[in-house]
Amino acid sequence: MADIVLDKVSKKFPDGTVAVQDVDLEIADGEFVILVGPSGCGKSTTLNMIAGLEDISSGELRIAGQRVNDKAPRDRDIAMVFQSYALYPNMTVRENMAFPLRLAKLDRATIDAKVDEAAKVLELTPLLDRKPANLSGGQRQRVAMGRAIVRQPKAFLMDEPLSNLDAKLRVQMRTVVSRLQKQLGTTTVYVTHDQTEAMTLGDRVVIMRGGAVQQVGPPQELYDHPRNLFVAGFIGSPSMNFLHAAVSEGRLRTALGDVAIGDRLRRQIEGADAPRELILGIRPEHFEDAELIDEETRRRGMEFDAPVDIVESMGSDKYVYFTVEGERATAAELEELAADAGAADFAGAGSSLVTRLSAESAVREGENRRVWFNLDKIHLFDPSTGRNLTLHEGRAAGALAD
Amino acid sequence: MATETTTRAKLRWGLLDVIVVVFALIPVLWIASLSFKTPATLTDGKFWPREWTLDNYRTIFDTDQFVRALANSIGIALIATLIAVVLGAMAAYAISRLDFPGKKLLVGVSLLIAMFPQVSLVSPLFEIERQLGLFDTWPGLILPYITFALPLAIYTLSAFFKQIPWDLEKAAKMDGATQGQAFRRVIAPLAAPGLFTTAILVFIFCWNDFLFAISLTSTERSRTVPVALSFFTGESQFEDPIGAICAAAVVITIPIILFVLFFQRRIVSGLTSGAVKG
Repeated sequence: MADIVLDKVSKKFPDGTVAVQDVDLEIADGEFVILVGPSGCGKSTTLNMIAGLEDISSGELRIAGQRVNDKAPRDRDIAMVFQSYALYPNMTVRENMAFPLRLAKLDRATIDAKVDEAAKVLELTPLLDRKPANLSGGQRQRVAMGRAIVRQPKAFLMDEPLSNLDAKLRVQMRTVVSRLQKQLGTTTVYVTHDQTEAMTLGDRVVIMRGGAVQQVGPPQELYDHPRNLFVAGFIGSPSMNFLHAAVSEGRLRTALGDVAIGDRLRRQIEGADAPRELILGIRPEHFEDAELIDEETRRRGMEFDAPVDIVESMGSDKYVYFTVEGERATAAELEELAADAGAADFAGAGSSLVTRLSAESAVREGENRRVWFNLDKIHLFDPSTGRNLTLHEGRAAGALAD
Repeated sequence: MATETTTRAKLRWGLLDVIVVVFALIPVLWIASLSFKTPATLTDGKFWPREWTLDNYRTIFDTDQFVRALANSIGIALIATLIAVVLGAMAAYAISRLDFPGKKLLVGVSLLIAMFPQVSLVSPLFEIERQLGLFDTWPGLILPYITFALPLAIYTLSAFFKQIPWDLEKAAKMDGATQGQAFRRVIAPLAAPGLFTTAILVFIFCWNDFLFAISLTSTERSRTVPVALSFFTGESQFEDPIGAICAAAVVITIPIILFVLFFQRRIVSGLTSGAVKG
């Protein structure tokens, strides 16, 4: 049990590439922190530096108040679960789990007791005498977890532990991990590239991009109040819609019509060096079928007409895809996000809009539909810096705020 | 139709295999057959001996020179194999795991040694060993054997080490192992098939060497079997030693066969399965 503090931790490789840059992070005792980001964002390198598998180029790493920069992994008393599980194939499940205890030179009776206890927690007892080759993926995953929890370390580090499981098992194991962490109360740092895992598992989520921390906070806060374009686009599934918005005469010209803006925002975008082009972001659930809106709500947003492309009925809601004319929103962040999703080269004409409408909506494919969206919930981003302009003291206030 | 083709293909391949095996084994069987013949029937040209005898075997084990040479051979080959495999394992592990300056050079030089014509080194080695007092001693043969076996060992072993997932070593370190413990308790057991394969290859190389053995020895003190064989003479000038030479040739193949059979059982594939993913 211990807190972990990263103080301006950086990693520079001999060939000059900077994998991690000045990461400041304080992880409290017992906290479950998720490092998330697209591949190559430095999250795994950060984890390996905490583990001691990578040297720290500069900055300080403290575990339980003690500087551990120069300590070998074995002296840091932390356990790690690898993406590949890394089970010792020549040992049985029992020997695998007993390995760290045997290295710690505990006596046989203690080792057996601890292994049996950990096996019981993870329901591995009937498998103890099998070799890893004779286990299923999910079972191997649990053995890897068992090997980590068996010696009650100060902290757990998990490097994408669920990414090799199939979708159904992954959801199931997610709750196992979550329950186990709560039960043991051990500080945990968990790396993933899956934003769903990040949202559902962590007490706090750290979003990284290009070796730098973008935003740190509880999942809901990152979702509601993204600090920049990257965070907004990365968190959420389906992801936020981004539209090009031109500033003109105190209004925003967008493909959804002209959007009025409040005083506070106007002051911000009227400065001399203020950008004339913005990116408007809006989440799918902030749209609604205009027919289903009462007058009270209607006043807080605006409406537009667009042709319906595709309707995906999810039972509880309908995902409706619209095509809107107009310029596509462009920014380095958005291209990076598209590349990470593997959709960089998949771009149709115009912009596609994803909306999440109520299940009662009578929307049909091919028709033109009137759709309402909530102006309180839109975000405006500066395309050059990616900064969220609607954010005031960390809270997103929409476009109309005075 | 399909089955017909496969049966015919099987037959064709089977026939080819038989031809190759017969081609390879006939000289060996011929020598074995000669070793059981009496001097009178040696040159009768028959494949199966008409009169079976064990006299040839008795002769070679009666002469001190053969037994002594056999002991030399076994000793020198085993020691050279052991040292070459241990050193080779350490070098190969470093090559497969670390990025150090001069790594390419090291690999290149070791390849160069393996390709160097040994015959051009014999005279300088002879002079050097005489100066150093290594001539006609066990170390005098063990040292060059190690030198020439090392590149072989490094090459085969680094191929094996590269197959072992690096995550295993990281996991061992996280579990509290030192670098040495991680190597001994996790990596080495998994590389065992590679170690045994290498050991077999190196042993056969040392066991079969004739060039160094005849140039760097002069007495029974360190003469190995291949050389001792060439020094075989009959009881008298007029006696033909062929029967005895054949018997000795059969005898010296036996350790190799035993060695291979013993280690072959350990060369099981798929030892690393289940380590990662799946």
